[in-house]
Amino acid sequence: MSIDDLTKSTGAWLRGDGPMSDVVVSSRIRLARNLAEHPFLSTADAGERMEIYRCISLAITSTAAGADDILVDLETANAIDRRLLVERHLISRQHAAGEGSRGVAISPAETRAAMINEEDHLRLQGLRSGLQLEELWKEINEIDDALSKSLPFAFDRQLGYLTACPTNVGTGIRVSVMLHLPALRLTKEIERVARAAKDLRLAVRGTYGEGTEAVGDLYQVSNQTTLGKSEEGIIGAFSESIIPNIVGYERTARETLARHHESQLDDRIWRAYGVLSNARRISSGETQTLLSPIRMGIQMDRFKEFDLATLHEIFLYTQPAHLQKMHGRPLDEEQRAVARADYIRKRLA
Amino acid sequence: MICQHCNQSKATVHITDTLPEKREQHLCEVCAQKAGVIIKQTHHTTNEILQQFIKHKTGLGGGDDLACPKCGLTFKEFQIKGQLGCPHDYVAFAALLTPLIQRAHEGGTHHVGKVPPTADATVKKHTGLLRLRRELQEAIEQENFERAARVRDQIRTMEN
Repeated sequence: MSIDDLTKSTGAWLRGDGPMSDVVVSSRIRLARNLAEHPFLSTADAGERMEIYRCISLAITSTAAGADDILVDLETANAIDRRLLVERHLISRQHAAGEGSRGVAISPAETRAAMINEEDHLRLQGLRSGLQLEELWKEINEIDDALSKSLPFAFDRQLGYLTACPTNVGTGIRVSVMLHLPALRLTKEIERVARAAKDLRLAVRGTYGEGTEAVGDLYQVSNQTTLGKSEEGIIGAFSESIIPNIVGYERTARETLARHHESQLDDRIWRAYGVLSNARRISSGETQTLLSPIRMGIQMDRFKEFDLATLHEIFLYTQPAHLQKMHGRPLDEEQRAVARADYIRKRLA
Repeated sequence: MICQHCNQSKATVHITDTLPEKREQHLCEVCAQKAGVIIKQTHHTTNEILQQFIKHKTGLGGGDDLACPKCGLTFKEFQIKGQLGCPHDYVAFAALLTPLIQRAHEGGTHHVGKVPPTADATVKKHTGLLRLRRELQEAIEQENFERAARVRDQIRTMEN
């Protein structure tokens, strides 16, 4: 399999199923690990980086779970392919823009991606549609166990797994849930939710992680504390209280909109559909903004012109790298805007 | 309205000077930045915030020239990059890192999570006991005495 094969489907995290999928788009868990016998990447020279890359990629593809993984060498991959992996949430923007020997091993179903030589030697992450953290932890934990047998990870009795940045030390775990919160934004309650989350030492971020804006009302909620709590404790708090609470607020806000602002709500949904199905040029940002009320309309059974799978296809394939991949050549911003509008009109015709 | 300066981009910054005489200016964001009228807002990532915090913290405590004997990284370099140089830095800079780690992790100082399956039995026992003691404390705080008794028994079994 290659990167081109990935673009044939939308990937497991955009399946639109799983618990609480009316609000929870996807769940992600990542573990940060480093090899004990090598320096962290900030002081590693080119030779050491290559050696780390070789050791970890070999270890992953030697495990039963990783035998069919697609290994992408990001040092040689072109810019469109790197951007494509960011759009599919398989690598971070920092990893795409990084330098030197580095890569990613991706499971064929795109439920797991292991970034090698990002900030840490290994960042093993699992992705699922809806709220499925326990299942995800089980899978990632097993692979981490399997890798531990051939890779001696830097571990300290007191501090746990040692990471390049002390903010990740301990479990090295980052639990991250992507939520679609259009009603909370419309009712202006989103700030209150964000403040409450910050009080719980959670980070609330935009669609593509740190430093990005919440485009299309998509927010990522993740833990910041990694030391002094167990993995199960952190995951349990997310799946039993934090996420169900936010989902509850969003559902209530949606009911309020439907009850007291029905015509405004439907107007918003249908205007978005009108623009998407008629525009002759459209930006990626506007597309995602317009898809948001439609996604809410589908989940509330108020909009039946197309389904969630179609919405997710449009969501993914209208992003810059996916569009260019589809056209088989680089397109400038204006060409992309026209190509994007054409694709959406054809898809909705 | 088009920017008065470059005559190309849309003017989004509008300034009215009243002194020495009334004068209006309409600039685009780029020209306004060049003119020093507005300052570009940069987003601070966790690392940047952390760097600021380290600088602030160690500015009081010193230790800038402390270097790790294994990788050679100095604490000052860590302050600038926000990244450690090798696993041994946690030992070499322990005194300076401990308050920082504590603050970043809600007071957490000890790992109570997963232990690599290859770790020796004493490490597994050590971490397991820490986790159980924490669970015991939580159970007592929540007045869940049934759970507290269960955890206490687990601790006893493990200690023996």
